Amino acid sequence: MTTELFVQYLFAGITYGSIYAIVAIGFNIIYNTTGIINFAQGEFVMLGGMIAISLLSFLPLPAAIALAVLLTMVIGALIEIIFIRWLENPSVLRMIIITIGLSILTREAAVHIWGENIRALPYFVGNEITTIGIMGARISPQVLWVVGVCGVMVVVLHLFFRATSVGREMRACAANRLATVLCGINPRNMVTFSFVLSAGMGALAGCVMSPITYTQYDMGTGLAIKGFTVAILGGLGHSGGAVAAGLLLGVIEAFSVSVVPLAFQDAIAITILLLILFVRPHGIFGSGEAARLKAF
Amino acid sequence: MKRILSQIMMGAAALSLMVSTTAWAENIKIGAILAVTGPMSFLGAPEARTLEMLVEEANARGGMSGHPVELIIKDSAGNPEKAVSFAKQLIEEDKVTAIVGPSSSGETMQIKKIAEDGKTPLLSCAAAEVIVDPLASYVFKVAQKDSDAVRMIYQEMKKLGIGSIAVLADNTGFGKAGQEQLVKIAPEFNIRIVENDVYDKAANDLSAVVAKIKANKDVQAVVNWSVVPAQSIVAKNIRQMGWNVPIFQSHGFANIKFAEAAGAAAEGIIFPAGRLLIASELPENHPQKALLMDYTKKYEGKFKENVSTFGGHTYDTFIILDAAVKKAGSIERDKVRAAIEQIKDLPGVGGVFSFSEKDHNGLTIDAFQMTTVKNGKFVPYPAK
Repeated sequence: MTTELFVQYLFAGITYGSIYAIVAIGFNIIYNTTGIINFAQGEFVMLGGMIAISLLSFLPLPAAIALAVLLTMVIGALIEIIFIRWLENPSVLRMIIITIGLSILTREAAVHIWGENIRALPYFVGNEITTIGIMGARISPQVLWVVGVCGVMVVVLHLFFRATSVGREMRACAANRLATVLCGINPRNMVTFSFVLSAGMGALAGCVMSPITYTQYDMGTGLAIKGFTVAILGGLGHSGGAVAAGLLLGVIEAFSVSVVPLAFQDAIAITILLLILFVRPHGIFGSGEAARLKAF
Repeated sequence: MKRILSQIMMGAAALSLMVSTTAWAENIKIGAILAVTGPMSFLGAPEARTLEMLVEEANARGGMSGHPVELIIKDSAGNPEKAVSFAKQLIEEDKVTAIVGPSSSGETMQIKKIAEDGKTPLLSCAAAEVIVDPLASYVFKVAQKDSDAVRMIYQEMKKLGIGSIAVLADNTGFGKAGQEQLVKIAPEFNIRIVENDVYDKAANDLSAVVAKIKANKDVQAVVNWSVVPAQSIVAKNIRQMGWNVPIFQSHGFANIKFAEAAGAAAEGIIFPAGRLLIASELPENHPQKALLMDYTKKYEGKFKENVSTFGGHTYDTFIILDAAVKKAGSIERDKVRAAIEQIKDLPGVGGVFSFSEKDHNGLTIDAFQMTTVKNGKFVPYPAK
């Protein structure tokens, strides 16, 4: 394999990988505060892209994206407040069914609002055929936007959880819910906040990837499956693990093309998911001890 | 008081039942199985809109040869299992005269036998050759043949001196059937297929596979055979790698939205298509000209979106049924079926149809016109 081809595959892999990682981190944020998997996570990505595309007719691109992210955060909050907040000690299964229901509901609402057509934001820099050369390989500048924005989001999120009091309260809520209540923190607000945060992250990812992947009302499901695989692979609730696992899966998928036919690309992701579930259910980076203490 | 009210209600219900039964006796029921939503909504949505528009028009002028048309559209979302259950429902419960659709080749192949066994004419909007070859007496299709599309592409390649190519196809029934034809017909034109890959219909980035075929120095042109939005991603990924290879696509590209989705990357893509997209450029005496212009005007006026070849497919099924009912003087399934085989020289959107007992497609290679994208518009190839 030539260096050029190697770099080309690598960039393709990093592009998919960062998108998977962002969706997986969205899963993790909500998992950490509620102990459930929010299967509507992929729909936040779709909503971010769709709203930004609609706003683009009135606003310049950066403003449209910012407002779309804010609106999606509001939708995330509303979803939590209306459907989840008032439940007293819901079982894990019930919560999962609720989020799957929400995902279908959002999808159906989207097809009625935006129709079944694909849409896309314009390229942030240049257009569909603009390319830049890196070590002999040629990629679209949008790839750098995706990778860059995802990278910045991960760093900011890390700082948020470490350095701000809200972030620390959320982590406390994840560690021990009862103890947080005793400390005077309202865990319900933290749960709402986790929905807001993961909705915002999903929406921003949905905007930067839209020029490359297009935005369609039913794109959420596919993303959720990949994101879920990555979240499990990296160890549920483990954000650093999600980034590593996302990049790993993306790169494996990209390089697999050189060995097996493209049609097997998705089979690889599912095979990895099954293997991990059988062999290391707590993920590559998660700890088995911690996993045993959790409800799901 | 309550009793009187309920009696009145029952009376009204009985009356309405009588009224509707008398209406049913004359109605011609047409079933349609279309992928209105889902990954193939690019096909099904304009197909459903066109059909609804034509039925509304026909009913306004008194129906099909005097029979008011009752249209039952079922949304399969491109799912073959759903298509199967809808087909059974339409044949056995709704007792339709004919079924229009399905939109995709995969779905059509699943219900081909059901229509044949149920002795109900099926007018498919999908392209794959296998729908009418081997022939089933009740199964017709209105989309142009994919083998003819392949021949058009290979003829053009020979003119450009291209001898070895890469083939990329999507994993729908259309992609699979096209890929088979590309492989089968290549030796006739002395063309070598040096790369051959299939991509997922929901794929959202294909730069890895494009990198792979680009690395093969023998590739002189890429044939991208698909009917889903992912085909635009292929074109974008090729150009983003700074690769100026000629791109050929199938008639599945013939929706301006695919070209819009690929933006600047769509420029110069060459593909065979029906004449609908370039109707305004046709000479006045062309047999399809008036019909194409009329359809474009009506559809675009009503739905505020561009016409596509796919909507044209249901247009053709409707005028074929209309002509057959007129010829047969009946709305019975058998008679309508036999009448379709008698239709000759009927101008439609996809071409001029001449059916026979042997030919259930009715179109020849002349139905195609090589087309390209210039400044975001479809124009005849080579572009002036």
